Amino acid sequence: MSHDRTVPRPVPGTPRPYHFPHFERRVLPNGLTLVVAPVRDLPIVTLHALVDAGAAHDPRGAEGTAMLTAALLAEGTTSMDGATLADRFEGLGSAVEVGADWDSAWVECTGLTSRLDRFAALLADVLRHPAFDERELMRARGERLAELLEQRAEPRGLADDMFARFAYVDGARYGMPQGGTERSVGGISRDGVIAFHAARYTPASTTVVVVGDVGVDEAERVVTAHLGSWQGAPRATATEEAPDAEAPGARTIDLVGKPDAPQSEIRVGHVAIPRPHPDWLRVNVMNAILGGLFSSRINLNLRERHAYTYGAFSSVDPRRHAGTFEVATAVESAVTAPAVREILGEIERMTTAEVGADELTLATAYLDGVFPIRYETTTAIAGALANLSIFGLHDDYYDRYRSIVRGVTTADVLAAARLVLRPASARIVIVGDPKQLRPVLAGLALGEVREWDAQGARVG
Amino acid sequence: MHIPIETFELANGLRVTLSEDHRAPIVAVNLWYHVGSANEREGRTGFAHLFEHMLFQGSEHVGANEHFELVQRAGGTLNGSTWLERTNYFETVPSHHLETALWLEADRMGRLLPAMTQEKLDTQRGVVQNERRWSVDNQPYGTWWEKLPALCFPPSHPFHHSLIGSFADLDAASLDDIAGFFRTFYTPDNAVLTVAGDFDATEARALVDRHYGGIARGSGRPPLPDMSLPPTFGTWLRETVEDDVMVPRLFLASRSPVFGSEDYYAASVCGAVLGVKRGSRLRRALMRDQEVASAVSAGTWDLAKGADLFVVDVTARPGVTPSQLESATVAEIDRLMADGVTDLEVERAIALLETDFVQAMQSAGDRADKLSMFATLCGAPSRLNEELERHRRVTAAGVTAFARERLGADNRASLMYVPKPEAA
Repeated sequence: MSHDRTVPRPVPGTPRPYHFPHFERRVLPNGLTLVVAPVRDLPIVTLHALVDAGAAHDPRGAEGTAMLTAALLAEGTTSMDGATLADRFEGLGSAVEVGADWDSAWVECTGLTSRLDRFAALLADVLRHPAFDERELMRARGERLAELLEQRAEPRGLADDMFARFAYVDGARYGMPQGGTERSVGGISRDGVIAFHAARYTPASTTVVVVGDVGVDEAERVVTAHLGSWQGAPRATATEEAPDAEAPGARTIDLVGKPDAPQSEIRVGHVAIPRPHPDWLRVNVMNAILGGLFSSRINLNLRERHAYTYGAFSSVDPRRHAGTFEVATAVESAVTAPAVREILGEIERMTTAEVGADELTLATAYLDGVFPIRYETTTAIAGALANLSIFGLHDDYYDRYRSIVRGVTTADVLAAARLVLRPASARIVIVGDPKQLRPVLAGLALGEVREWDAQGARVG
Repeated sequence: MHIPIETFELANGLRVTLSEDHRAPIVAVNLWYHVGSANEREGRTGFAHLFEHMLFQGSEHVGANEHFELVQRAGGTLNGSTWLERTNYFETVPSHHLETALWLEADRMGRLLPAMTQEKLDTQRGVVQNERRWSVDNQPYGTWWEKLPALCFPPSHPFHHSLIGSFADLDAASLDDIAGFFRTFYTPDNAVLTVAGDFDATEARALVDRHYGGIARGSGRPPLPDMSLPPTFGTWLRETVEDDVMVPRLFLASRSPVFGSEDYYAASVCGAVLGVKRGSRLRRALMRDQEVASAVSAGTWDLAKGADLFVVDVTARPGVTPSQLESATVAEIDRLMADGVTDLEVERAIALLETDFVQAMQSAGDRADKLSMFATLCGAPSRLNEELERHRRVTAAGVTAFARERLGADNRASLMYVPKPEAA
């Protein structure tokens, strides 16, 4: 066989069909929602219990309660201390993961099908009967305070937190860290955690997603056996004020000092739109062209053209209320000013002219094609099904997603950019060396420059 | 659970593994080149990794940045990574784009140099220097992954020097270096190719032959110096680093049996007993009971030549001094050596490893990467199907014996990070 050095570029074959896994939704008599996707390739099952108990529901003055409550679920039940609980889960090979973000709290574990009944029993115990032992609470609080302390020397987390603080109006929940501040965490008591759990961890506020090597009826039998007798208050209705009020005012530059830092961590953006917004997918395509992919405008500009950075990306954070649009990068200190200018220029350019047809198809073909690759694992499928509940999306969302993405036009992208992007009122946050940056940022003339230390105190 | 494996070798020495399954219309293409930072010459630290960046800058028939664009336009994901003894390149694409992925990898394996320019090298040098600032210099404790091997391997050893490289050595890299490194190491006989997922084996063989068959065999990779080392350091090595951090953090390393060897599996299980998940010993003792640490982990680096490293990583709670942190950590290891581990601890560790393994094997990209790893480091991709059994054969007595032989005072290296004293 001869080998041709100049083989023509390969052309793709015929796409093979793909469908997001079939799933069924059932509601148990106690109000708990069950979502089951039988995926029977490998002998494992993922259980993902999702509770409407995210950080957006934190009591005012006790911000951090939702994350602490979730963390404490795994630290002991009324019948087992935390160490015993860990041994029981992990002896089955199914480590338990707990956590909370803005919109939900979750308990998840994955294990072999043959052990499903046993780890489901443990997961139910964790949800229903947490001990909230005083010592465990003090320990979890101490770990959060340690994290806040460590962050003063960690420029990425510091930049993210300061950006949120300036994007939202003072006092808005989204403007504070999910895990709370030193002051708010210090004020969380055992009674507060118990009250939060009693009000929000109820069957009516819980969805159990089951993905893997199990049928729908069998999954319902197992979940009913362990959670069917769970009783609780009716679903809580939100009484909090909206967490997403935007900080008013013109564009600002906030310099957070990290003396002698060799790089500047940069965040540029502002409040965007809620995840349930009808234009979300068009905005997502727009963001992919601007800064969501390696081959996006911002990365090609800052990395491949200018070598300012190892990478530069933009994102729109999906939350029930309006999350932020944000460009994030780290550049060598000396090029901070031109990098900020290039970022603002790229945002501006998205709002002034339609993107090229090639740029559009790169983004849409990517988002369309990568869809099955995103859902290879039981945990990824469970996460996708959880999102339906969290954001109130229709059950056919994943069946329609790819054709919606393929249908987005260059005019849609321009409209999406104009809907979301507002470079003139962007918040620009830079964590870097104040000595080097102070003069160049003042000279940029892009907005008022304010200066802060790593503890968040105003110093200039 | 069994991963299907079919292997063959082209006349030019390229070893190929096919793993066919049709769960989803996805296919992963994965290449391991048997070259890493260990193969760098004096004065060129960081070069293997800089070279990896240059492989994304086009080849004879592929334009600059086109590699990323073509894969993403196909709906695929991709990347590459460099480690001490290997460099890998991989993409996962919808299965009808298999040939595009194979062709892209073949074009740069066979015909990289026509696309190399000084401008591209200068840009990627700048990108890599920013990667160094981002991941090492401007990150708390970021220097640990160059300081730890420097402490644990003697200066003459190929694992001693920095993988990310120094600014001066990166500045010194030239186009001639690119050409030399490419001709020496990026040859079909120094690579393994794995295709995993949804394809037809007969078609895949034909495609591999068509795109890779014409690439010339290399002239033989220069041998690495003797990398063998005694089983222990022979002493307790120590280094203290003042860094811009708020709390101390200890990396406690020991020399351990190389990846894939008979004795490796006891070390792997010992890592899980000590530092994996909530039920592990260090987590229980240092975080839960004594509250001296806010994070712990333990495990092997999985090096296959000379000696592996077994590394315990412990971050102090505020107010805990470096010496308190070290004594508490060492006390747990001493206790493990004195009393041994229990059957229950070993069962827990193996059960966790088993679930992790099955979860990882759901992903075509992970299957392909592991097959390439075993082909490269152990000479047989089929070793992947023995991994669970090899771990299951580990006993409590085996883990205890490993700890007694390898975790003692004559085989410890403490790399301790402490907060810089406040500037006056």
